[in-house]
Amino acid sequence: MAIAAEKSQPPLHGESLAPALYRVHSIRRETHDSFTLDVRPQNALNTPAFAPGQFNMVYAYGCGEVPISISGDPADHRRFVHTIRAVGAATTALCGLKKNGTLGVRGPFGSHWPVDESAGSDVVVVAGGIGLAPLRPALYRLLAERQRYGRIVLLYGVRTPGDILFPRELKQWRAQFDLEVHVTVDRATSDWQGRVGVVTTLIRKATFDPNNTVAMVCGPEVMMRFTLLELLSRGVPADGVFLSMERNMKCGVGLCGHCQYGPTFICKDGPVYPYTRIASTFATREI
Amino acid sequence: MPGNDSNQRCVTFESEQLQSLLDAVQGRGYEVFGPRVRDNTIVLDRLSSITELPIGAGTDQNNARFRLTSRQDQAFFSYTVGAQSWKRYLHEPTLRLWNAQRDDGGFKVDANQSLPPKQAFVGVRPCELNAILALDRVLLHGVAADSAYRSRREKTLIVAVDCGVAGGTCFCTSMGTGPRASSGYDLALTEIIEGDRHYFVARAETELGAEILEGIPHSVPTEAERTAAENVVASAAAHMGRTVDAANIRDLLVRNPSHSRWDQVATRCMTCGNCTMVCPTCFCTTTTDVTDLAGEHAEHCRLWDSCFTLDYSYIHGGAVRSSAKSRFRQWLTHKFGIWFDQFGQSGCVGCGRCITWCPAGIDVTEELAALREGNPPGNCPPIRKETPRGNA
Repeated sequence: MAIAAEKSQPPLHGESLAPALYRVHSIRRETHDSFTLDVRPQNALNTPAFAPGQFNMVYAYGCGEVPISISGDPADHRRFVHTIRAVGAATTALCGLKKNGTLGVRGPFGSHWPVDESAGSDVVVVAGGIGLAPLRPALYRLLAERQRYGRIVLLYGVRTPGDILFPRELKQWRAQFDLEVHVTVDRATSDWQGRVGVVTTLIRKATFDPNNTVAMVCGPEVMMRFTLLELLSRGVPADGVFLSMERNMKCGVGLCGHCQYGPTFICKDGPVYPYTRIASTFATREI
Repeated sequence: MPGNDSNQRCVTFESEQLQSLLDAVQGRGYEVFGPRVRDNTIVLDRLSSITELPIGAGTDQNNARFRLTSRQDQAFFSYTVGAQSWKRYLHEPTLRLWNAQRDDGGFKVDANQSLPPKQAFVGVRPCELNAILALDRVLLHGVAADSAYRSRREKTLIVAVDCGVAGGTCFCTSMGTGPRASSGYDLALTEIIEGDRHYFVARAETELGAEILEGIPHSVPTEAERTAAENVVASAAAHMGRTVDAANIRDLLVRNPSHSRWDQVATRCMTCGNCTMVCPTCFCTTTTDVTDLAGEHAEHCRLWDSCFTLDYSYIHGGAVRSSAKSRFRQWLTHKFGIWFDQFGQSGCVGCGRCITWCPAGIDVTEELAALREGNPPGNCPPIRKETPRGNA
């Protein structure tokens, strides 16, 4: 038996999987291997709207598509901002783009940080390395409506001082009286006067009311594992912890199977999950 | 189950009229595909004449074993499934999704717009019919529909054939998918050989199916013919080569990611991915990007992938599932377990291909039984209804 033809969607091969074209408006070097791209639609005035925590599938000509979280301000509809670490063929090609270079973008996809839902609570943002990129849109939103929230704390851990993303904004945020910012590095250089140690040690020092806290966490899985333990031991309720997960991804729309994480697909059920949703999976290795 | 067909057009036709049926389908503009014997096995390919069907062929299947056998009769459909499934005609093994062309310092993208022809599948087994319905669920009813799959699926006519013979690795009765085609077809046939008489009892589920039956010489099935058709299916059901205790199987798998059996099976599994390639419901794909030498033209292609490869779970820093144990666990847990969470049904249709074509002879029915051993029902996270989120 055939299935009924769907009139609203003409049966073009892969129509939903072809990217829209974007142009690089500017590219800024963040660290020795990470770049922030400001890209704008080639054939439209505005980008599709996105929510903090969502990602795009970004295509580098001839190299392939990769899932990259959006690191810009969700209130700005003129551009997508992506902070990319050059680790493979596609990301290296993207980081090598020049002003006015062309790239493909599909998205945005996935779930988002519970920014609206956190109104009235303290918010603890914990980032490891490039994990700060998908959290920055949440910080923009939190700070744009600062009065809706209790304390806001940003805890950021990186390998070395040279790996710190968005240093200008971090300095600016640290200068604000209504935001607590702590940065720690694994290995200090001679000019580093700040903290040394893993990001979990910052959780003990930060000021927040655990019973009324929403934590947003993104970083390597092992970092999130220990961050979770630390947050729970400080008394943050399990359903107040949100984690952004990462798996291999080819399509972004639940068709390729790659991003399965337990019973979920990270591309559509994640990447941002309440911990309680993935508790059993999170505890298992090689899932 | 005579009551089930009361609303269906049901007819009897003699075996030589099978060609008329084929002609009627072809006459309506369908390219016909069906089973044929080639390279000492059963393959699926274009079909123009019923003489190309595997007449008188049987199959002997067991762990890591597939042999063609000769039957004493001239049965068209007394083989059990070969390695290939219909998946290849709906969810193509390789597909160019779109291509890109250098242009003005940038590039432009062209979607592949070729429209597939109308295609008819003749000889779809009930397990395979259910596999197609499972793929529909995955590729058409998620947050996004696969447009390439949809354009082929919309133009597919299905002639199912009930099973009269069960293979050594078959377990459709355990999975509730056979040996009788229950729905999702245009036409379903039951092949009956009684002494010198060779005929089909056919039922139509769609208008198109009924129209095709109307056009070939037929008669109204007698009570005896209907009973004979039921007996054919009952005989297959009674001779299943394998069984699976499917009760609470999803919970069993979700509860046991640390069972010692995973380590044990990992000593035998070669992670070759054969099981996923022959599985009629495995839907995973990867993508590959190629350019011409000058770099003026690039293509973005999609191809079948397997969760048994290291690349499948590769993220920066390494493969998430680096051990054979974790990859086998992912496949089996997905197929029989969390497919329920994702798509409301089992991902296994009991066709037995993964058992037949595993070079190590790993038998999923045996692995599931071993996991169940000493595993009383216990608490496990409930199935959560997945509600697609918007993209904003």
